[in-house]
Amino acid sequence: MIEGARWRKWVFFYVPMALFLLFLLFPFYWMVITSVRPDGELYRPWNSINYNPFWTWKPTWDHVRYLFEETLFASWLWNTTFIATLSTAISLVCGVFAGYALSRLNFPFAGSLGTAIFITYLVPQTLLFIPLAEIIRNYRLGDTPWSLILTYPTFLIPFCTWLMMGYFKAVPKELEECARIDGASRWQAMLYIVIPVAIPGILSAGIFAFTLSWNEFIYALVFLSSPQQKTVPVGVTSELIRGDVFFWGPLMAGALLGSIPVAIAYSFFVEHYVAGLTGSVKG
Amino acid sequence: MGQVVLKGINKFYDSVHAVKDVNLQIRDKEFVVFVGPSGCGKTTTLRMIAGLEAISSGAISIDGNVINELAPMDRDIAMVFQNYALYPHMSVYDNMAFGLKMRKFERSEIEKRVREAADILGIGELLKRKPRQLSGGQRQRVALGRAIVRHPRVFLFDEPLSNLDAKLRVQMRVELKKLHLRLGTTAIYVTHDQVEAMTLGDRVVVMKDGVVQQVGEPLELYNQPANKFVAGFIGSPAMNFAAVTVSEANGSLIAENAGLRIKLPEETAQRLRGHIGHEVTLGVRPEDLTVAGTADLDHPCFDGVIEVVEQLGSEILLDMKVGQGVMVASVEPSVRVKVRDKLRVAMRPSRLHVFDAKTEAAI
Repeated sequence: MIEGARWRKWVFFYVPMALFLLFLLFPFYWMVITSVRPDGELYRPWNSINYNPFWTWKPTWDHVRYLFEETLFASWLWNTTFIATLSTAISLVCGVFAGYALSRLNFPFAGSLGTAIFITYLVPQTLLFIPLAEIIRNYRLGDTPWSLILTYPTFLIPFCTWLMMGYFKAVPKELEECARIDGASRWQAMLYIVIPVAIPGILSAGIFAFTLSWNEFIYALVFLSSPQQKTVPVGVTSELIRGDVFFWGPLMAGALLGSIPVAIAYSFFVEHYVAGLTGSVKG
Repeated sequence: MGQVVLKGINKFYDSVHAVKDVNLQIRDKEFVVFVGPSGCGKTTTLRMIAGLEAISSGAISIDGNVINELAPMDRDIAMVFQNYALYPHMSVYDNMAFGLKMRKFERSEIEKRVREAADILGIGELLKRKPRQLSGGQRQRVALGRAIVRHPRVFLFDEPLSNLDAKLRVQMRVELKKLHLRLGTTAIYVTHDQVEAMTLGDRVVVMKDGVVQQVGEPLELYNQPANKFVAGFIGSPAMNFAAVTVSEANGSLIAENAGLRIKLPEETAQRLRGHIGHEVTLGVRPEDLTVAGTADLDHPCFDGVIEVVEQLGSEILLDMKVGQGVMVASVEPSVRVKVRDKLRVAMRPSRLHVFDAKTEAAI
């Protein structure tokens, strides 16, 4: 904390903090307020007399109702959840094992293999989707959730592996050695000791992976075409922006409802998640 | 039973020869301590016994069976690590029971053994706690408890006391010794602290650069060090060394360098007959130096100027400049001296050590 006179605390801590929070939270506030504001207010010109962009006295559920009744938002939500959960699960399992192997088993080229995996993560999706589209077409997976469940791991596995490698390196080697002397095989030592200790790291990798696949746009846009198969990011933008007309109310309501599951996931695991990021393993 | 035999053990890490031809027989119930500076290969040797490092060449056997190829879990050993390596997500009870569960012991037997070990170590109250809720000393006890519940043939200790503060370390050292007397299990203990080595070991193995320098009982190492390294490593404060040239005058041998001239006592002289005209290293422990009085007239003496006086209560350590070198003397607390005093110091003639200047081996 900042030491010294009270004004120093205000100048160097509270005021910058408040500005930062304002900057950070304003888009969310805007999203919330737009999604409950009636259309009449939304499209009122800025120079009209009772123009009040930051508040509404007549909140409405119309936009939310529109989303669920007039669009396929419920299916999009379900699709996104299904795809994100499954691709995260696949990526986590692969990432945990790969991360363990790369950080703990001494085999030739382990180091360069780790770097190579990281480099694959750096290849932009905007390049990768072209060859992937060909593969998806050949396996006749287009316009099915599997086209995304199987392609998201192409960037999620490197990401999880890299994160888990770092985390496993922070778990003291002695824990595992001690377990192996205590009578555990390598597999048991990993299962009973290393993985439970690495839970914070696994959780943060999982949350990151879930968020990445939840928000993913370009693969979902390319590989899915029928409205009932779409995910939230693609569905909302393709169905609620028609030509140059933005349906701001339902758009914002969709964005809000789409971000709630991620927010819940974060808040639920926040303690573990922070522990995972700061890499605290205490013996 | 727990007889451990190391035969021609070598360890290579790529081109580094970390452990060089170690041969050792550890008897059943014996407490053997490996001691040496960091990087001397003592921990590597211990880890090879544990099965955590592959053996490059040689054979390790326990009770006559070669265990080179056995997995750590099949060697019937228990190990206590420097950082305790307690499983952070398990309670103390589960930590201690883990090894037994892995070996499929019955629940009642596990319970009995854990309680028994907890009673021996005085941690019966802590069984439900998590490791992070324990103090350093308590963690140390849990780590010990985890080792003893298994009733292994051999205990391996890898610097188990080095994370404790000085007072606790002394206390735990005593408890370890008592525990060993009570259980009578063969123990191999690695430390860099020569005091721990001397107090705990039935026998001590001094290592340096992967080579065993000397194996012996603590007092044997102290009184008859095999070389200059062992002489300097064992004992605190460390032995004083002076490079001297041996010459003969009037039938007796003289050791001298710039600022130091000592007439060697007869028994030392005997050993140095062959070294006349050569350089050797003279060694004498601080506690074998006394302020020269009338009784010491025929003892080898030298003059020094006091540079630092360290009052320890039970003794006084005097850092003295002697010729070009520095010597430390441990003298009676009743001696009254101050910095820059000139002092005549006598050596106990029977306690002089001489080492070859090149090979550093004791002469």
